[in-house]
Amino acid sequence: MTTVTTASDAAGSLSEQSERPVAPEPRPDNRALTFFSDTWLIFTRHMRLSLRNPAWVIIGLIQPILYLAFFGPLLAKIAQTGALGVPADNPYSFFVPGLLIQLGLFGAAFVGFTIISDWRAGVIERFRVTPVSRMALLAGRVMRDVITLTVQAIVLVLAGLAFGLRAPVAGVLVSLGFVAVVAVSLSAVSYAVGLLLKSEDALAPLLNMVMVPLMLLSGIMLPMTLGPHWLRIASKCTPFGYIINAMRGAFAGHYVTMIMLEGVCVAVGLAIACLWLASRAFIKENA
Amino acid sequence: MPIIEASGLARTFSSRRRKVEAVRGVDLTVHSGEIVGFLGPNGAGKTTTLRMLTTLLRPTAGTATVAGCDLLRDPLGVRRRIGYVPQAIGVTAGGTDPNCTVAEELAIQGRAYRLSAADTAARVGLLTRQLDLTGLEPRLCKTLSGGQRRRLDISLGLIHSPGVVFLDEPTTGLDPQSRSNMWEHITSLREKLGTTIFLTTHYLEEADALCDRVLIIDNGKIIASGVPEELKRQIAGDVVTLSVTGDHAQAKDILAGHPSVREIALDGRSIRMTVEHGEEALPAMLRALDGQGIALASIQLARPTLDDVFLTLTGRSLRDDSSSADPGPDFAAGGGEPHEGGESSEDSTAKDALAGAGNKGRS
Repeated sequence: MTTVTTASDAAGSLSEQSERPVAPEPRPDNRALTFFSDTWLIFTRHMRLSLRNPAWVIIGLIQPILYLAFFGPLLAKIAQTGALGVPADNPYSFFVPGLLIQLGLFGAAFVGFTIISDWRAGVIERFRVTPVSRMALLAGRVMRDVITLTVQAIVLVLAGLAFGLRAPVAGVLVSLGFVAVVAVSLSAVSYAVGLLLKSEDALAPLLNMVMVPLMLLSGIMLPMTLGPHWLRIASKCTPFGYIINAMRGAFAGHYVTMIMLEGVCVAVGLAIACLWLASRAFIKENA
Repeated sequence: MPIIEASGLARTFSSRRRKVEAVRGVDLTVHSGEIVGFLGPNGAGKTTTLRMLTTLLRPTAGTATVAGCDLLRDPLGVRRRIGYVPQAIGVTAGGTDPNCTVAEELAIQGRAYRLSAADTAARVGLLTRQLDLTGLEPRLCKTLSGGQRRRLDISLGLIHSPGVVFLDEPTTGLDPQSRSNMWEHITSLREKLGTTIFLTTHYLEEADALCDRVLIIDNGKIIASGVPEELKRQIAGDVVTLSVTGDHAQAKDILAGHPSVREIALDGRSIRMTVEHGEEALPAMLRALDGQGIALASIQLARPTLDDVFLTLTGRSLRDDSSSADPGPDFAAGGGEPHEGGESSEDSTAKDALAGAGNKGRS
């Protein structure tokens, strides 16, 4: 460990020694393998940071639980009249999938704030000069968000059960899969936008401007079929309505349907598009 | 053997409205084992150049080879072989997460550079000892002092024993003691391991104390480079300020005839001149004045600083505005001579004020 050059032989041996770098010549990487190990490295770092301060994970859960507690009973009451076209005997199988998407929309879309503070702390640049894959810097974070969100979703489903939700286990698992894919899409885009804007003041209004209409048009609270024609058309132009419908189908035990196919295609398509956009922002030389 | 070689490196930032040429064609060569300082005022293009050389920013023109790898064709190769310590002042900080512990940051850095667990542990042990971080391992980064955090930033950049280290403003924001402490760490890095160090600074003392060679950058271009002492000798010369009891204009004419005097100017009631090898030239100059019956009231010889070099080259001072008022009291330091007639009252008021300031400073 101690290859100390003494002062006497400094001049000669310094230049000689520097013919090759002090560190052993690095071996070329297996790109695919290092991507996964780098992703794991970044994931564990951020997961540890989340666990160090779990308050935020809990706070993120409060909003959907409040909807479940304060809005759910009202909805259940109306559902019993049959006016909504919602299963009157099991209204929570309509309501909980909506809340799961809401959790995904707001939990994942706002992660961009954390990358701005990381950028400000110099952490982003620090890792960008290491050999760590730049895609892994994104993927590791996204993975942390997906895990966090899935755990929150499980808690939400359990809370729903307490309120009277009845759903097949397979349907719940399929829905959790949808939540995970939505989380991938939104957290990736949120990081990319955060990294490009580098300003909380710009990110907050932008997210609200985009996310609130997306949420309203997705039919989280009430079925879009209640709305006028133009509203239904507008809803058809946003992705989350398809996903929610597929999840509601799954909660009702319908797995092989056109609605499910639509939902899967939209969710996967959205994830691919978002990951592609986000990776461009992360790989860029000067982000 | 050059370890950093850049030619025509340039970067233009374009926004909707305008184009900013942050760096306009930088050529530089850094040899193995050198400590080279990039000196220039804020906004001169130091950090932009550094960010290009460390693969963080793609140059809009030019090429460079860093640690044997082509900057554009093999950025990953460059990243593996260099260490980089970002600037810790301004918009972004030095690279540690406030909620991570020192040990965590060092460990993940080792992993990021593909060191084995054993190698990482060995390097962490060595670096915490060398950079006085022993005992701080379990602390969260946000609880560290400025100097401790900066030493941690630097140990992160050194975790993989890189042959070249880029330090962006390594001591900005540190108190004088932490700063000189940091200088020792940086020098010993080269002494012990032969590490090449490329740093940016806007502190003249830092460039003087640390660097074998400085590159002076202004407005996106390198305007001078060389050993600090030589630059000062070649470009600036010694600054001699004197005042006499007789006729200043006559004294100026006598002195101007001396071959060592490069520049001379009458500055209020003192003569300010730039003299080559001032300490050798002065006795003869004073004898010449004496021969004409002009008596000396005060004299001051100042070694040139890198700021004088910068001033000579650009006509502007490197120092911040806050410290540029310093020369005032200095000029008045020899102001103990009796007032002469014919001086306007405004001048004498100003002079009294200055003399007062000078006296106050000394008492």
